[in-house]
Amino acid sequence: MSTPVTIYIPRDAAALSLGAEAVAKAVAKAASASGNAVRIVRNGSRGLFWLEPLVEVVTSAGRIAYGPVLPADVPDLFSAGFLQGAAHRLRLGDITQLPYLARQQRLTFARVGVIDPISIEEYVAHQGYQGLRRALELAPVAIVKEVTDSGLRGRGGAAFPTGIKWQTVHDQKAAQKYICCNADEGDSGTFSDRMLMEGDPLTLIEGMTIAGLAVGATQGYIYLRAEYPHAHRTLLEAIAAARQAGYLGADLLGSGRSFELEVRVGAGAYICGEETSMLESLEGRRGEVRVRPPLPAIKGLFAQPTVVNNVITLGTVPVILRDGATAYRDFGQARSRGTLPLQLAGNVRHGGLIERAFDLTVRELIEEYGGGTASGRPVRAVQIGGPLGAYLPVSQLDTPLEYEALAAAGGLLGHGGVVVFDDTVDMLQMARYAMEFCALESCGKCTPCRIGSTRGTEVIDRISQGIDREGNIALLEDLCNTMFNGSLCGLGGMTPYPVRSALKHFGNDFRRRPAGRTH
Amino acid sequence: MSESEEQVRARLERVVAPLRHKPGPLLEVLHAVQHEFGYVPSTVVAPLAEMLNLSRAEVHGVLSFYHHFRHSPPGKHVLQLCRAEACQSMGARALATHVQQSTGLDWHQTSGDGLLSLEPVFCLGNCACAPALMLDGELHGRVSAERVDELLASLVSLS
Repeated sequence: MSTPVTIYIPRDAAALSLGAEAVAKAVAKAASASGNAVRIVRNGSRGLFWLEPLVEVVTSAGRIAYGPVLPADVPDLFSAGFLQGAAHRLRLGDITQLPYLARQQRLTFARVGVIDPISIEEYVAHQGYQGLRRALELAPVAIVKEVTDSGLRGRGGAAFPTGIKWQTVHDQKAAQKYICCNADEGDSGTFSDRMLMEGDPLTLIEGMTIAGLAVGATQGYIYLRAEYPHAHRTLLEAIAAARQAGYLGADLLGSGRSFELEVRVGAGAYICGEETSMLESLEGRRGEVRVRPPLPAIKGLFAQPTVVNNVITLGTVPVILRDGATAYRDFGQARSRGTLPLQLAGNVRHGGLIERAFDLTVRELIEEYGGGTASGRPVRAVQIGGPLGAYLPVSQLDTPLEYEALAAAGGLLGHGGVVVFDDTVDMLQMARYAMEFCALESCGKCTPCRIGSTRGTEVIDRISQGIDREGNIALLEDLCNTMFNGSLCGLGGMTPYPVRSALKHFGNDFRRRPAGRTH
Repeated sequence: MSESEEQVRARLERVVAPLRHKPGPLLEVLHAVQHEFGYVPSTVVAPLAEMLNLSRAEVHGVLSFYHHFRHSPPGKHVLQLCRAEACQSMGARALATHVQQSTGLDWHQTSGDGLLSLEPVFCLGNCACAPALMLDGELHGRVSAERVDELLASLVSLS
C-alpha cells in the first residue's frame, strides 16, 4: 500500500458549523471507496471563513487548498484528482499566498490552521515549547523583564501592560500563587480566543506555564465560557497530551519545577469576563464584581496573588520568549506594540481572523479584507470592541485600529472585534439592546448598572414612542453620565459607549416619527 | 414514577463525591448535577448545601445567578439562538421572530410535547458566520429561515 496522503480538514467550531464534519466523513468514505490511503488531520481554522470548510491536501508541491467544500463536492474532487492537487473549480492553491493571509503578520496565530492542535510532536516541530525551554534557563525576574520589554498589553480589552502585572505578582510573598486565564470571551464579534484554543491550545498552555515560572505560581486555571464546548474538548485533549509528554506536572522537562492546569467552565454569565467577577466564579460563588483595591495581583484567587490574563495575551508569551522582547516590540506602532488578532464579523463578505501590527484603519479592514458588506448594501455603522464598544459612523472609518487612536475617536479597541452593519440597521434598536443586555447581565452589586440599565431601556422606549422626545433624550444622556461615572466595573460603566455613540452619530434614528402616529 | 428522596440523594452523592475535594467546587458541582439530571431541581439545594458545608442561601444564590443552570427539565432537543450584535447585523431578529412564530415558543419555553426548548444565547463565537445557532450542542452558521425549518423538521421526523 502506498504512503497515505495527508488531508487537513478543520475541527474549528466555525468550520464545523458550515459542515466540516460531514466533509471529513465524505472524504474518508470516498478515499476508502477509491482504494486511496489517506490520513485525515483535524486542524484549526485558517480564519478565512467564507472559504470554510477549507480542505488542504499535502502534495509534492506543498499544501493545496480547496474551499468552500460541501460533502456533495467530495466525489467530484476525487475524480478530478485532488489527492494530487489537481485543478478544480474549488482549488485555491497555496492558501498562504492569498492576499488575505499573505498580508498578515501572524505571530500568535502562526500555527493555527497549520498543525494538528493536540499533537505535541507537530507543535514542537513548529517551534513550540522553545519559549518554555528558554524560560527554564532564565531567572524569574528575567522572564518578567522580557514580557515587560516586549510592550505586550492585555489583549482582553483593558490593554494593561502585562509585564507590570506579572512584576506585581512576582514581588508578593505567598505560599501559593495562581495563573488564571480569562477565556470567558463573551463579546459579540470576537472569536480569536476560541480559534486559538481550538487551533493551537498548546501555545496557551505553554504561555501559562511560562507565566507560572515567572511569578512563582504552580497552579493555573482556565476559566472557559460554557458556550464553547468545542474549545473545551480541545483544551482537555491538549492538556492531557502536554502532561503525558512532561510539559505539565510536577517536574517540567526534568527541571524540578512544577505547574498544574485545570479548566473550569463558566455558566453563561457575561459579567464573569470581568476579572474580579471571574475570580468569584472560579471560587464557586455568584459572579459579583469585587471592589478594587486590593488588585487581583495582590489578593486574587482564594485571596492569593494572581495573574489574570486573557487567552491571546498568554498565548503570545511563548513567541516573545522564543524570539526575544525586541523581535516582538519591532512590530506595532507608538504604544501599541506587537500584533493584534482582529476579528472581522457581522455583515461582511469576507469575515475572518486578521492578525496585524496595529497598522490598519477600520476602512482598510472592512474594504481590503472584508470586501464590503455581505448584503451588498452600504456600511452604516461599525461596532468595535464588543457590546460595550462604541458605534462608529462612516465618517470615522479612517480611524486606525490602535488603542490610543480609537480612544481619541471616542471608542475602544477592546478585544479587537469589529462588527459591520449595513444601512438597514436601526440604531435606536441597537442602543436599546445595549441597555437590555446590561440589565440582563448586570451582577446587581452597584446601583447605576443594576437600575440604570432597566431605566435606560424604558427611556429609550419612550423616545421611540415619541413621548417628550427631547426631554427623554436629555434624560438618557444624564443616565449615561451616571452609569459611566458611578458604576463599579466596565459593564455599567461602558454600556454608555454604544448608547451615546448611537445618539451622537445616528441621532435621526431617535427622532423618527413613531409607527402608528400621524402627527 | 418519580424517584424517592433517597434515590435522588444517592444520585447526588455519586455526582458530588469526585468534586467535593476541589477548591471552590460549587460551580463544578452544579454543572455535574445538571449533566446528571438535565436540570438542577430545587430539591437538591438543601442536600447540596449539607454535602458542601455551605448555607442553603449560598447554593441558591449561585444557582439563581447563572443563566446556564436550568430550573426545570429541558425539552428533548434544545435550540439556542444567538441574539448578540453580530448575528443581529445579519438578520437574527427576524430569524428569532420566524422561529418563535413557527414553533409557538417564546424564549425559555418548552413545547407541550416536550420535544423542543427555545433558549436565547449571547454569542457563540461564530460571528463571522452569522446568524448562528446551536442545536443540541451542535453549532450551525449562516442560518437562514429555511435552514432552521429543515433542522426543526428533522427533529420531528427523528422523534
